[in-house]
Amino acid sequence: MNALLPLGTIKVKAQGVNVHYGDKHALQSVDLDIRAGEVMALIGPSGCGKSTFLRCINRMNDLVDGARVTGSLTLDGEDIYDRAIDVVQLRARVGMVFQKPNPFPKSIYDNVAYGPRIHGLARDQAELDEIVMTSLEKAGLLAEVKDRLAESGTGLSGGQQQRLCIARAIAVSPEVILMDEPCSALDPIATAKVEELIDELHENFTIVIVTHSMQQAARVSQRTAFFHLGKLIEVGDTEQIFTNPQQPLTQGYITGRFG
Amino acid sequence: MQTFTLAAMLLLLSSLAFRLGRGRALAVVGGEPRGLHSLPGYYGWWVALWCGLPAFAVLLSWLVLEPSVVRALVVSGLPAEMQALGPDRIDVLVNEVRNAALGHATTNPALAAAAEHYLRLSRIGFASVAVISVALALAGTALARARIEPALRARPRVERVVKVFLVASSTVAVFTTIGIVLSLLFEALRFFNMVSITDFLFGLSWSPQMSIRSDQTGSSGAFGMVPLFTGTMLISLISMVVALPLGLFSAVYMAEYAAPRFRAVAKPALEILAGIPTVVYGFFAVITVAPLIRGAGEALGLTVAAESALAAGFVLGITLIPLISSLSDDVITAVPQSLREGALGLGATRSETVRLVILPAALPGIVGGVLLAVSRAIGETMIVVMAAGLSAKLTFNPLEAVTTVTVQIVTLLVGDTEFDSPKTLAAFALGLMLFAITLGLNVVALHIVQKYREKYD
Amino acid sequence: MTDMAETTAVTRTAETVAARLGRRYAAEARFRAFGFAAVAISIGFLAILLGSIVAKGWSAFVQTQVLVEIAFDPQVIDPDGTRDPATLDTADYAALIRAALAARLAPDADRSTRRDLSGLISSGAANQVRAMVNADPSLIGTSRKVWLMASDKLDMVTKGQYDTALNERQLGWLTALRADGELRRTFNTTFLTAGDSREPEQAGIWGAMVGSFFSLLITLLVSFPLGVAAAVYLEEFAPTNRWTNLIEVNINNLAAVPSVVFGLLGLAMFLNVFHLPRSAPLVGGLVLALICLPTIIIAGRAALKSVPPSIRQAAAGLGASRLQIVAHHVLPLAMPGMLTGTILGMARALGETAPLLMIGMVAFIVDIPKSPLDPSAVLPVQVYLWAGSSERAFVEKTSGAIIVLLVFLVAMNLIAILMRKRFERRW
Repeated sequence: MNALLPLGTIKVKAQGVNVHYGDKHALQSVDLDIRAGEVMALIGPSGCGKSTFLRCINRMNDLVDGARVTGSLTLDGEDIYDRAIDVVQLRARVGMVFQKPNPFPKSIYDNVAYGPRIHGLARDQAELDEIVMTSLEKAGLLAEVKDRLAESGTGLSGGQQQRLCIARAIAVSPEVILMDEPCSALDPIATAKVEELIDELHENFTIVIVTHSMQQAARVSQRTAFFHLGKLIEVGDTEQIFTNPQQPLTQGYITGRFG
Repeated sequence: MQTFTLAAMLLLLSSLAFRLGRGRALAVVGGEPRGLHSLPGYYGWWVALWCGLPAFAVLLSWLVLEPSVVRALVVSGLPAEMQALGPDRIDVLVNEVRNAALGHATTNPALAAAAEHYLRLSRIGFASVAVISVALALAGTALARARIEPALRARPRVERVVKVFLVASSTVAVFTTIGIVLSLLFEALRFFNMVSITDFLFGLSWSPQMSIRSDQTGSSGAFGMVPLFTGTMLISLISMVVALPLGLFSAVYMAEYAAPRFRAVAKPALEILAGIPTVVYGFFAVITVAPLIRGAGEALGLTVAAESALAAGFVLGITLIPLISSLSDDVITAVPQSLREGALGLGATRSETVRLVILPAALPGIVGGVLLAVSRAIGETMIVVMAAGLSAKLTFNPLEAVTTVTVQIVTLLVGDTEFDSPKTLAAFALGLMLFAITLGLNVVALHIVQKYREKYD
Repeated sequence: MTDMAETTAVTRTAETVAARLGRRYAAEARFRAFGFAAVAISIGFLAILLGSIVAKGWSAFVQTQVLVEIAFDPQVIDPDGTRDPATLDTADYAALIRAALAARLAPDADRSTRRDLSGLISSGAANQVRAMVNADPSLIGTSRKVWLMASDKLDMVTKGQYDTALNERQLGWLTALRADGELRRTFNTTFLTAGDSREPEQAGIWGAMVGSFFSLLITLLVSFPLGVAAAVYLEEFAPTNRWTNLIEVNINNLAAVPSVVFGLLGLAMFLNVFHLPRSAPLVGGLVLALICLPTIIIAGRAALKSVPPSIRQAAAGLGASRLQIVAHHVLPLAMPGMLTGTILGMARALGETAPLLMIGMVAFIVDIPKSPLDPSAVLPVQVYLWAGSSERAFVEKTSGAIIVLLVFLVAMNLIAILMRKRFERRW
């Protein structure tokens, strides 16, 4: 039903979101809408709260001791932090790709099959095979690994590992994919491949990507949000943010005066 | 006591030598320390070392050699018919002589004379050692003091001595291992001269008691270690059945679920479990657990031996819980957080993350820990000595009494030991087996754990 | 892959996940419960162990005494009236006690009754009366009420541990004594001040405590300097080559060698080659030192490792030699960690039993050792010896000795923990 929403409908809506880590006020009343089918880039200097915001969307912050999230954050109008929302189900709908490639020390096949297996998405082996193959295909990895699906995922190169992690995420067929600096540990060629992949994926998934690199934001995203010191400073079409920022802080960051 | 006085005196001399050396160094340069190669204190140390080292070396070698030397002299002074006795009888005699020398009356005039002799010898010996060591101390001091001059490189020289001490200390552990191997090998080889090695390794019957009287010909006892080995394995297996699930689940709970406050209480509690001496567990097994198991068995209509393998293995298992738990806790915590996040980010529950990602990733480390625990179980002594029996039965029934390698080592060596009988030497052969098996397990376990650590560091 | 197919897949995800959630959370709860149960059971074992020891052992610190009016009969003690100390020392004081008991409980006692009477009082009570007379000979000819040490059987009956230790007649006397307030319980000083004894009520652990003290002293004197020096060499000076690698592997493996093997080493080396005295704390201490050494070295190296390299670089930058860097800066900073490791090693050594059995520290020794060369027992060996005794009254003594042993262990561990807290430093 969600994917039936027309392009541009609001998928994730944040209103007055605050995050505290103990005494630290990491995110201060952020309002941000993420639309279905778009790639939203979150940029800003390190420690600005962009990763914190990303991790709120599938409640990975629950894992941090002393983290407190207030305000309203909704997925298709449902409050993500509502008691009625099940965190396991939420994470099945909102997948995540991490900064460092983190394949499980299992075979390539088992890595991709892990999500469908725990969630029971395949009725039989054939269906599971198909999910794995399709996911690897979509992640642009199938051609490289189809002969060695039984080998360990940790034996792949860094870029392949990260694409494996993306395949692992999309195998669950999530609605939103969160990417936390997915290319920061990769070389330029691998980065290019992953960026290309993101561009293809946004036809089917809503993608929120945190990135350190402004060029990357410019290349892959339709819209960009700029965070600074825990506050959302400016959000807009990527082209506008990079060519004609409204806020002096954004301009300073874009032009490289700080960062 | 007199040794202690002498040692204190030598220490005092050395500290005087230190002051002397430092004073001399300052005097040589007219109270201007900048003229010296090293700080004045190093000249002091240098002289002190010259004073103390040779003297202490003499004292130490005397302490090591004294018992053997005096013993040899006393034995040679004994009447001929006493010397003709076997070495074990002479041991007893020498002990009597020592006792007599310490003031206990003896009725045997020859021994009384020997005691007199013994006292005289040790007095003379000690007096000469005292004189020699003090003379060496003084001579060393004088020699070193005379050699002090501004260009003398005192610091490097002192540091070299310290370094030699450091290097020597680091080799003590190696020499301990060599000592263990040599003493076990030597005595075990003597044993294998009397009992064939195949009989020992593959014999199905163990009854060393038969050979207790050396004058009995033809009854050399039976020294087949298979029943001991199976007994050890049975008890170790029971202990692992208890310890493995409890230890592993505790570790998982502590590492993945427990709130910090719960951990803060539960971890030390488990450490206490590990810190209680095994002799206490042995007593607990005998007095509390064994009757309980026996009662339970009888209620079910089973015959349970008073010293059942189950009781010993169960209590042994309790002692291994903290070992398995803390080693597994370490390896589970060492699994990178990113793997946890990866699984949770896909929507896995905690237990799915643990079962499907973390435990498989931590498996090598856990296997290493389990091997260490097995090695500990095989080598554990007091619990089985107290709670397992002496009957070397070839059985796998946990309700029966079995005996283990360590139990037999202790039983064979406690009490009066004749060092020539196969009965005593068998203990060393068993010790050699025990050492080889546990060493093998440890090497493999440590290797696996090491590899595991490298993987995630 | 059409848009339609994608849509159905996505829809299915949410629904399928929801459908299985109940079962998955049940499995989660079960798994978590298993984990909690494992911790609870393990700690439960600890509680049962400590509980049963304390329940059995607290009464070892209490002793029953009987009030007896003793007539210091000159005919028995000193028929000649010479007051010669030798005569006073060898007099039959047990007869006095028997007579006093007979007078109080069974005036016309026959032989078997008298035997029952003496069964109430410890055979050590005669020594108590002898000491009184030796201290004050003017007591002779008078009579005085004295609290005497009860026999182990009477002691156990009054503590409710073993009701059939006394026969009917003795139980009757017991009731009479109790009714007249001639029975009391006091703190058992004998247990803490005496050496071993065949008679449970006269047995004490002081000898074993002194033996343990001497052994640990030797252990500390040998293993601490060697351990620290080895740790310093391996961590600060040793080049990484095959030899140091071998030492390292060797130390790690030595730490896992069964302690009974060290006992065999002690027997073969210290006793048979060097002819050191059997059963002596000196040998026990040396064996324990070898057992502790790997622990101390490993703890010492960890402590040295935790000192940041910047400190070494700073000192080196000022022109200090490597030995000076270590002696002035690194060692003082690492010392608390090394001491903590050493105390923990000592605690382990205090509880070690098996290797000491090998070197003959299992003998029955009544005398309190005066030096590390005297034959002696140590606390855990005393526990082992008493645990093997057939006398029922030794169960209580064994548990009591365990309590004392555990108190020492807890104290040592507490010191180590406090020290770690006090000197903990974060870089």
